[in-house]
Amino acid sequence: MRYLDEYRNEQLAQNVLKEICRVQTKPWVLMEVCGGQTHTIVKYGLDHLLPSEIELVHGPGCPVCVTSLEMIDKAHAIAARPDVIFCSFGDMVRVPGSQVDLLILKSRGADVRIVYSPLDCLNIAKANPEKEVVFFAIGFETTAPANAMAVWRAKQEGLKNFSILVSHVLVPPAVASILESPLNRVQGFLGPGHVCAVMGYEEYEPISARFKVPIVITGFEPLDLLEGVLMVVRQLEAGKAEVENQYGRVVTREGNRRAQRLVNQVFEVGDQKWRGVGSIPKSGYKLRSEFREYDAERLFQIEQIDTQESTVCISGLVLQGVKKPHDCPAFGKECNPEHPLGATMVSAEGACAAYYLYGRHSQGHSQLVEVRSP
Amino acid sequence: MAKKETNIVENLLPLLGACPMPILDHKEIVLGHGSGGKLTQQLVEKMFLPRFQNELLAPLHDGAVFFLNGVRLAFSADSYVVSPIFFPGGNIGELAVNGTVNDLVMCGARPLYLSVSFILEEGFPIDDLWRIVCSMQEAAAKAEVALVTGDTKVVDRGKGDKIFVNTSGLGLVDDGIEISPALARPGDAIIINGPIAVHGIAIMSVREGLEFETLIESDTVALNSLAEAMFTASRGIHVLRDPTRGGVASALNEIAAKAQVGISISEDQIPISEEVKGACAILGLDPLYVANEGKLLAFVSPSESEKVLSAMQNHPLGREARIIGKVVADHPGRVVMKTRIGGSRIVEMLSGEQLPRIC
Repeated sequence: MRYLDEYRNEQLAQNVLKEICRVQTKPWVLMEVCGGQTHTIVKYGLDHLLPSEIELVHGPGCPVCVTSLEMIDKAHAIAARPDVIFCSFGDMVRVPGSQVDLLILKSRGADVRIVYSPLDCLNIAKANPEKEVVFFAIGFETTAPANAMAVWRAKQEGLKNFSILVSHVLVPPAVASILESPLNRVQGFLGPGHVCAVMGYEEYEPISARFKVPIVITGFEPLDLLEGVLMVVRQLEAGKAEVENQYGRVVTREGNRRAQRLVNQVFEVGDQKWRGVGSIPKSGYKLRSEFREYDAERLFQIEQIDTQESTVCISGLVLQGVKKPHDCPAFGKECNPEHPLGATMVSAEGACAAYYLYGRHSQGHSQLVEVRSP
Repeated sequence: MAKKETNIVENLLPLLGACPMPILDHKEIVLGHGSGGKLTQQLVEKMFLPRFQNELLAPLHDGAVFFLNGVRLAFSADSYVVSPIFFPGGNIGELAVNGTVNDLVMCGARPLYLSVSFILEEGFPIDDLWRIVCSMQEAAAKAEVALVTGDTKVVDRGKGDKIFVNTSGLGLVDDGIEISPALARPGDAIIINGPIAVHGIAIMSVREGLEFETLIESDTVALNSLAEAMFTASRGIHVLRDPTRGGVASALNEIAAKAQVGISISEDQIPISEEVKGACAILGLDPLYVANEGKLLAFVSPSESEKVLSAMQNHPLGREARIIGKVVADHPGRVVMKTRIGGSRIVEMLSGEQLPRIC
């Protein structure tokens, strides 16, 4: 298949691996920002193909994982109401709140629907005028344009029974916060390809300059990731710290201006709480006041919720690249995809869930994997 | 101390006539309990198996195989709740006939008789029922089985979802045929009869809210003629399994666990069509976990594998048959896949619901 097979080609991958081995002389710690990239790395065993001195740590770019527990509990309180049809992206429905998840609420009679696009919710709202249709608008800059479009169109069409529960997060402040941390080990980044398809990569240039780290905007296929690693390692070995674009077939420096305009029309930047990390200033989107009639949080006035996080879980450290999933004593034991204790086990894109799904139950597993040096 | 108390309680139970409720992860049934993955397994192993226990159920095969008056029979049952009921390449009725026929085939049987039970929702169009009944008759004729008994129930509007179909089937197992997941042996070649994940994607393509243009049609078909051709070619077949719910990954994991062997497969050997690959990429699905309805996995002793493979390739339902891997003595209970890029990874059992109500 075009644009897929050539990025999964073994021979081409071997060539890039050889080149990585040739240029690499020192140990380096790299972070891939996106959950989708983590997934590809673990699914294809890329980390085992790389020289052992290149360590990949997994970043905070799993939107489902970093949605705050408080917001999830609010979603559950709204979804449980008999007058509500609650719509969500598929991977959000299994995420546990303090008490339940959306699938359990569904089994108890709540009307919970999985949608692939927030625009589908507008049709559901039109077909069910007696119900309040609420969409759980989560995600990074990638999902923001479609979520903004749903609200913008609802306003255009004068739709009164549609609202969104907003929990949007932004990548650049999270990357900066990782680099500011005294625990930071990351020396170079594989930047978020899809986020940059929308936003471009200008805003990463000041971060790269300020912290003197290379950031290479990278795609999601195995070959994209290997090439991204090669570009970061080349910069590190040469003592450079620049923003480069590996994902040129999708990403431009300025990004999608139309999408950005729409997002800025509907949303404004505000402080945001990240599950497992805490509050990061100016790291999320809120609905602008012109669109407040579509703000589910305001409409449903959920009272303050007491949330309870697991005390064993180290997902905050995993999200910041300080620890690996199997460093956690609960990993694969009391914490698993059926019973996640924390953020990174809840979505398929979370580092812990990816490790679990692809059988990385312990470090000892690497013996099982056939490691091929290029 | 706690253990001792449990024993006392257990000893008292027969006297009290009580039934100890097994401890499960959920207090209510959730969709994942029907996904064919870990939650289904938990329900079966903790709730059904201990209470219903008998030696025929214990192997947890696609059906039970037993002698009755000197004749060896296979007996199997399945329910169909697929939504939508009409989908590209088939409908719920055809699926119900082919599915139970295939479950019998996976026991090494020649399917003969099927029962059919309908649960209909008040208001369901008679025209739709007629279409379903006609296609069931056609599917039965093609598979050379007879629909010999059945039942009809109607539930109040809103208490069902249009139509649910249950079929059960009886088949004869010929002498010399021993098929069971527990019989997988190191060295066995693992063969699949064609491209994977077609049925699941065909269903997804017409789901509400997800309609996308595609020419993908369900692969639903009865596999008894293919199996017959394979048995004619060789008796070196150890395991047959149709990778329906939970896909190829779940089927291989079940076999690896039952036989306590390792399974090693190669991603680049697994046949998959361009259309299905594209749809999976768009929807974020792993084709290894997507349902099939006209596919079988055969575990064949190494010396016989070429014979079986060419018999399959000479049959219309096996033209694209391919060896996708083999059974190994290493890593018992685990399925390991060599990825296209040269790395390798463990293929786990599906742990929740990937696609709701696929078959």
